[in-house]
Amino acid sequence: MVTYSLWVINKAGGLVYQRNFADGLAQLSSNEYLVLAGTLHGIHAITSRLSPTGTSSGVQVIEGETLKITIFLTLTGTKFVLVTSLADQNSEPVLRKVYEAYADTVMKNPFQTPEMPIRTDNFDLRISTLLGGS
Amino acid sequence: MASSSRFSVLSDSANSTRYSLPTTPQQRPFLKSNIYDRNLNKTRTSEVSASAFAFLFSEMIQYTQKRVNGIADLERRLNILGYRVGTRTFELMSWRAEATSKAPKREIRFLPALMIIHTQLWRAVFGKPADALEKSVENDDEYMIIDNDPPITRGISVPRDLSSLSCSALTAGIVEAVLDGLGFPARVTAHLTPTSNFPNRTTILIKLEKSVIDRESALGNN
Repeated sequence: MVTYSLWVINKAGGLVYQRNFADGLAQLSSNEYLVLAGTLHGIHAITSRLSPTGTSSGVQVIEGETLKITIFLTLTGTKFVLVTSLADQNSEPVLRKVYEAYADTVMKNPFQTPEMPIRTDNFDLRISTLLGGS
Repeated sequence: MASSSRFSVLSDSANSTRYSLPTTPQQRPFLKSNIYDRNLNKTRTSEVSASAFAFLFSEMIQYTQKRVNGIADLERRLNILGYRVGTRTFELMSWRAEATSKAPKREIRFLPALMIIHTQLWRAVFGKPADALEKSVENDDEYMIIDNDPPITRGISVPRDLSSLSCSALTAGIVEAVLDGLGFPARVTAHLTPTSNFPNRTTILIKLEKSVIDRESALGNN
């Protein structure tokens, strides 16, 4: 059970927060992370449009041989993405707690511009207590 | 008549299927419970959501920040907003505390007045008393009220380029208004004084006017 990484993607597909918690993932530059986040946003849009029976929430979990990506879509279109090991069963509750921390520390902070990269110390603190890491 | 009946048929179908509007005339919800008709002394059910206030306060700061030059100006404007809250809070607090009392009284000495602010005002506004009350060692006319984690600034992370800003300037304004109302004019400011355990610890600094100090010494020590 390892939590590798947390991403927050805004409703336009831009990566506004990215943080690694454990070694093991390939090291990428911040530009590559931006591209991957945009791609994930596109994949999500495809999966939610392709639904054969009406509206769909879109992709929620992507599993590979070595990792699992859990995506939590909020009502406002912000996506929280958690990259974990395959065995991790806890991703969804954790993402809900991340959403709560986001609502408390980012949305209520007058110095944070909506849809822009998150630079809020309190959010970092809450995420640290939630997911560990430095 | 013909046209009016056709109209009613049209609007009927529109009501029920296309727009799903309510068919019965809508009752105005605010007529049921008007805030002005509520009992002023019922404090238990009149609490407001901290989240709702956090969003309101955030908007107040963003609105103010667009209209000021610099941190001192921003704090001054927040102080003025707080002053307007304070005058009303003080009126309500006095009403709740003294209206039912057989011998209503008003504090005329400074230290009991400060205790009222530390406990009663804090409880009325924040739901808990302040954490400490201190007297300045260097200056006789300075007193400090300390809150280890002010509820109104919990959602706020001040960026580094504004690090000297304390959004508790609003609280300072409230305290200033209450002191004015009690007859102790003073200048009140808010300062962030973090400790390792309490990163949001805030000191409300009260600097009394000279007339207050003179009156206190004239009244003596009894």
